[in-house]
Amino acid sequence: MASRNNNGSTGLLIKLSDATVTMLRHITSFFYLFFAVIKLIAAGFAKPSKIFKIKHITQQMFLMGIGSIPIVILTSLFLGMTLAMLAIYALADFGTEIWVAGLVGVGFTRELGPLITAIVVAGRVGASISAELGTMKVSEEIDALETMGINPVRYLILPRFIALLIMLPCLTVISDYVGIYGGYLISYFKLNITIHYYKDLTIDALKLKDVITGLIKSVSFAMIISLIGCYQGIIVSGGAEGVGEGTTKSVVNSLIFIIAADCFFTALFSYVIL
Amino acid sequence: MPSCVIKVDNLIKSFGKRVVLDKINLEIHQGETLVIMGGSGCGKSTLLRHIVGLEKPDSGHIYIKNQDITTMNETDMTELRKKFGMLFQSGALLNSLTVGENVALPLYEHTQLDPAIINIIVKMKLELVGLTGFENLMPSELSGGMKKRVGLARAIVMDPEIVYYDEPGAGLDPITTAVIDKLIKDLGKKLGITSIVVTHELKSAFRIADKMAVLYKGKVVQHGTPDEIRNSSHPYVVQFINGSPEGPEPLQRSKSDYIKTLTST
Repeated sequence: MASRNNNGSTGLLIKLSDATVTMLRHITSFFYLFFAVIKLIAAGFAKPSKIFKIKHITQQMFLMGIGSIPIVILTSLFLGMTLAMLAIYALADFGTEIWVAGLVGVGFTRELGPLITAIVVAGRVGASISAELGTMKVSEEIDALETMGINPVRYLILPRFIALLIMLPCLTVISDYVGIYGGYLISYFKLNITIHYYKDLTIDALKLKDVITGLIKSVSFAMIISLIGCYQGIIVSGGAEGVGEGTTKSVVNSLIFIIAADCFFTALFSYVIL
Repeated sequence: MPSCVIKVDNLIKSFGKRVVLDKINLEIHQGETLVIMGGSGCGKSTLLRHIVGLEKPDSGHIYIKNQDITTMNETDMTELRKKFGMLFQSGALLNSLTVGENVALPLYEHTQLDPAIINIIVKMKLELVGLTGFENLMPSELSGGMKKRVGLARAIVMDPEIVYYDEPGAGLDPITTAVIDKLIKDLGKKLGITSIVVTHELKSAFRIADKMAVLYKGKVVQHGTPDEIRNSSHPYVVQFINGSPEGPEPLQRSKSDYIKTLTST
């Protein structure tokens, strides 16, 4: 019995060390990819036409950005309405329902707008990046690019990275607007506030800093989504099953890191950079 | 004697504990077509991936035109890769691009040619593989054999000095295989292109080869002209060429081995 226990704990130790080694390997490869992208962007300033292919970037911007607008609008509208209802319910105790505009405005621009946009885009775009690159990996397309002397990071990953870096903040601005409008709708029906008054209340409460910190967050979320999506795509192995696994991992990891980064930035902007 | 274009020197590669390539030595001369043969899983595709630079060996060197590609940096490797083309087993066309865009891709990426000229080159190369007028189709609209032929057109679009073929005949009907074999042979004879072909299809191997190498368990067991391979006395080569189930690579294990495998945990 004792020996079995011993075996069990050694087995556990081996599994644990294997898992640690695999995780460390993933972390190093991920940062390797990150630096490869940064290096390419730096090199792109010297020879822009060779590194940045405008056609590829705009194509991705259209697919990722324009394609995500309807779903971002829908989710932001519902979230804005929910937030307003919640705020009116909570503020009613103090008789300060009028603060709902400020609460929704600041809440959306600082926190919920960037977050809900990133979550929706991680599900839609992150998954599709992984699935697309994963399928290309499995069907040897990425190897083919490499044998043709075409850097797959430049050809496949860079356009996606840049496109999302531009489009996610744009989507966030749309989300901010629509979320605030959702707040207005509820305020109109519950408190009978006119749109002009609601606008004034929102602008009074909002500071430029709120919007800018939200956009800084969304830039970091864009990096997280595109890089994790690409990384999980290019490490796919083992056919269709591998592609599915990579896609799932891409979405799950993106969500975890988005929320972690959100927490980090909120702490940074609230307590460090005031 | 033509100059040596590719030299593989004592190449060793293992995945985990399994040694896939065990001290491989090969030399390929200018204009020669070398066929690498061997059973499934003998390491021939892995060898090809090393020669193309997609994998790094554990030890040993590969020299292409006297440059060691195992220690080469990415920039030099990209320059060298412009001089060679590769045909993948499945064609490996980019599914998001049309046939014409696929063939034109290396030209757009590596040259400053005018799109009109690129268009003409693409048409010429597609003509060469018998696919005139297919420029605007998507790869998903093509059959397996057509994809492979487009892959071949793309491999030779930069007028390479070396072309690698990974199982060019796998999964194709005998006529298409013969067409592709003829293309490979013509490229070697007319344009002086050096080729390495990985295959286990004997008929096409003997049709195109100037030299052959037989791989078995990660080693080159025989290297020579097709006649030398035909007359080889090495038991595995004999078994491989005759396609016989009896030989050093048995289909069934001996009774005692079988019982051992069943009862082992």
